Amino acid sequence: MAQTLASPKPTGSPDAPALIRENGQREVFCGLTSIVWLHRRMPDAFFLVVGSRTCAHLVQSAAGVMIFAEPRFGTAILGERDLAGLADANAELDRLVGHLLERRPEIRTLFLVGSCPSEVIKLDLAKAAERLNGQLAGRVQVLSYSGSGIETTFTQGEDNALLALVPLLPAAPVAMAAGSGAAPPDQLLIVGTLADGVEDRFRSLFSRLGIPRIDSLPPRRASELPPVGPGTRVLLAQPFLSATARALVSRGAQLIPAPYPLGVEGSRAWMAAAAAAFGVAPAHVQAVLAPLVERGQRALAPHREVLAGKRLFLMPDSQLEIPLARFLARECGMELLEVGTPYLDRSLMAEELALLPPGVQLSEGQHVEHQLDRLRAARPDLVLCGLGLANPLEAEGIATKWSIELVFSPIHGIDQAGDLAELFARPLRRRALLSFA
Amino acid sequence: MELTLWTYEGPPHVGALRVAASMEGVHLVLHAPQGDTYADLLFTMIERRGRRPPVTYTTFQARDLGGDTAELVKRSIAEAAERFQPEALLVGESCTAELIQDQPAALAQGMGLGDLPVVGLELPAYSKKENWGAAETFYQLVRSLLKGQMPPPGQPKPEPTRWRQEGRRPRVNLLGPTLLGFRCRDDVREISRLLAEHGIDVSVVAPLGARPADLQRLPSADLNVCLYPELAGPVCSWLERSFGMATVRTVPIGIGATAAFLRELHGLLGLELPAELEPGAGGVSEAERRSRLPWYSRSVDSTYLTGKRVFIFGDASHAIAAARVATQELGFQVVGLGSYSRELAREVRAAAAELGLEALISDDYLAVEAAMAAAAPELVLGTQMERHSAKRLGIPCAVISTPLHVQDVPARQAPQMGWEGANELFDAWVHPLMMGLEEHLIGMFRHDFEFVEGHRSHLGGAPAAEATGTNTVPAETSGVSAAAATATPAAAPASGAIDAALAWTPDGEAQLARIPFFVRGKVRRNTERYARDHGLSAISEEVLFDAKAHYSA
Repeated sequence: MAQTLASPKPTGSPDAPALIRENGQREVFCGLTSIVWLHRRMPDAFFLVVGSRTCAHLVQSAAGVMIFAEPRFGTAILGERDLAGLADANAELDRLVGHLLERRPEIRTLFLVGSCPSEVIKLDLAKAAERLNGQLAGRVQVLSYSGSGIETTFTQGEDNALLALVPLLPAAPVAMAAGSGAAPPDQLLIVGTLADGVEDRFRSLFSRLGIPRIDSLPPRRASELPPVGPGTRVLLAQPFLSATARALVSRGAQLIPAPYPLGVEGSRAWMAAAAAAFGVAPAHVQAVLAPLVERGQRALAPHREVLAGKRLFLMPDSQLEIPLARFLARECGMELLEVGTPYLDRSLMAEELALLPPGVQLSEGQHVEHQLDRLRAARPDLVLCGLGLANPLEAEGIATKWSIELVFSPIHGIDQAGDLAELFARPLRRRALLSFA
Repeated sequence: MELTLWTYEGPPHVGALRVAASMEGVHLVLHAPQGDTYADLLFTMIERRGRRPPVTYTTFQARDLGGDTAELVKRSIAEAAERFQPEALLVGESCTAELIQDQPAALAQGMGLGDLPVVGLELPAYSKKENWGAAETFYQLVRSLLKGQMPPPGQPKPEPTRWRQEGRRPRVNLLGPTLLGFRCRDDVREISRLLAEHGIDVSVVAPLGARPADLQRLPSADLNVCLYPELAGPVCSWLERSFGMATVRTVPIGIGATAAFLRELHGLLGLELPAELEPGAGGVSEAERRSRLPWYSRSVDSTYLTGKRVFIFGDASHAIAAARVATQELGFQVVGLGSYSRELAREVRAAAAELGLEALISDDYLAVEAAMAAAAPELVLGTQMERHSAKRLGIPCAVISTPLHVQDVPARQAPQMGWEGANELFDAWVHPLMMGLEEHLIGMFRHDFEFVEGHRSHLGGAPAAEATGTNTVPAETSGVSAAAATATPAAAPASGAIDAALAWTPDGEAQLARIPFFVRGKVRRNTERYARDHGLSAISEEVLFDAKAHYSA
């Protein structure tokens, strides 16, 4: 049961970052929104939401103009007959899917995406996917995952989609090392959606570092899944993949602990952690990455001038907040007032939390009115927030950086550090630029 | 279940949100799961508002479902009432909350919120949509605020002409404008100015900008102007039934409709009609004095607009108004008319019948796209959705109705109603068409390296896809509508017959390719129909000319 806390109660040990846990109105997206980028990442997949007109409206509002450019997603809108049990939901689903595949024979993977309505009425999409797989054996693989608001927040939709793919990953052949002892890792698996250009760049850098085999999850085609097994080392490119990471570990893979590849420092540590896991000599890592680091810091410098000393407040949205706060504080000199995240996975965030400035105020969950009260009291120089709050805060005279852009921009890697800082410097530059006097 | 890629309307609670956000002093508590706050973006981004919409969402999560969600509703209501101090509270559910049946309205009414009027909303999310939700919310709010004022049965109706006895100017209410409506902001301004020029005051504009106290003043006006029937239709009917108030139902979009609107208004109010509003009185009419559309449309530059084939789709009011403007005021030929507004389907069917058409009443956008392709228009007047199907089919398009996107909430004054609205319509609808001279020259000289066919140089950008030899047939998008599969876009390449039993000879094809691209779809269809009717299996250039003569005769 949700509790409204009249006053935030920091928890944890004195040297750990203080944490506010809040419940109340949450101003966040549901996991269905992840379809907006996942369908581009895997063009041979189709995402069929089973839900209401609200779900269809959300996806179309979020996807903006893309809905027309040959959409690869749709909504099976539940009607009164479905709710009254007059129509057999499974028969209806079979009919719709049959219709869809008849007309779109090129679909190789079909995701049935659960929503709040489908979950509240306990429509078993996992069973439906199983049944459809039986019918469509060999032609189309049917998977299901939840993107509902009651279960997922924004980027957690991707976590659930990847989680659904994990059982389908082929088993990696176990490399037999000469003699005894553990087999050396033979495959690096980068997990989390990255922009194509960023992904290619990471692959070429990891090759230069001497890592033998590099795979990605999600792949660029849903039908070309990477193998996984005891020789697999998993490197998370995104911080919101708790369930996927655990499922990969249960398939025998090992997780490489690292901060996330945002900024020069985070990206370098992320790549170095992978190199270390593959036994690459630190000197070689240094030789490959030092020129990039130097160049990345040069690219950061002009944005640091704008951002240094500015006070930043981060509202919860995507779980990218903690790594972003770490980058903006350590590399851009910003002062952190509050770092909000919709969900805090302490084990996946351990490396990041260790790099945060001491005593920083964290918050998990949200009571949006209370959080806005704190924000207004603090009068930050810049707020990271969603588009439901950005213009209203601007109208109050508070500069904002809308957070959704960070999920749709190439921000990962040393080479992107300057671009990432620029995203935050831009609203401040713009405010300085505009004059209506 | 129905497969939907694009929905013309949101769920009904979005309509409730529109009413709450349009008003002042009203707060809505919506029982809804986490994530449904996406709707805030419609107001903060598309309407570009500088404040949060006045909505508190309960945003329950899965873990709350095991507990007491009713308690969560009550807490949200108490917090919202305490924090925002509204003058009226709306309480409703989104589609998911409707399933768990916490009865938030009943809970709110039992909370003892003092004098705060609480309006419970029944919004059946699985059978109704956004405009219905907005109309229902507006109706319930007005009804509950005016219940105490209702005259006893048998009381004589107030006369709309009573202003004369009371020695004051006539005053009317403008009902229906909301946020996320189509150009409501500027329509209200335009119509208010128009009325002021005729000595008529505006008493209350609602929902847009009104407070609950303003709604309580509704009966003091002489009559109601129903600007947006989709939204204010039920309220106007209820005010007629309960308070005897007359309603002006002409929607003043276009020259003829604006004049008819003013005549209806003057008639009901017993105001003397100015001579220049008398139809056929001779002299310069008010329309010509106040709007540029009549002269722009009569000037020789507009001659090439004559008979341009136009396909119209949108909400019922805008579609019906557009059909009249297109036919009578711009000289287009309407080749398709339809609406997604089932509540007003009868009116759309009547308007279509007058044009010798069968109305398309559908909310399936693929069916609309198929009808568009089959009608082979030269211009599409539709919604944001039609803008994109028209783009795929290579047909010029202008937006006349919601659903809209951010570009249709412009910074400039851009009404659709009244005299200035007609100016806006002329510019917006003619702009996408090829300009006259370009049309002539492209028809004469086909071998230009820059001004290739389909290129509209005044719009900038590259030539149309067809010109470069690529196929503009849209890839099948979803496979929902079988009709879409058989539809051939207007701008399909010149080769290949629609009917497999027919074959175009090389010279026939070459001749078809010489037809200007924007009428080629129609010529191909007519020629093939002619060939079928005359039992021909091969279509040569002679057959094409025979058909051309046959259909122009």
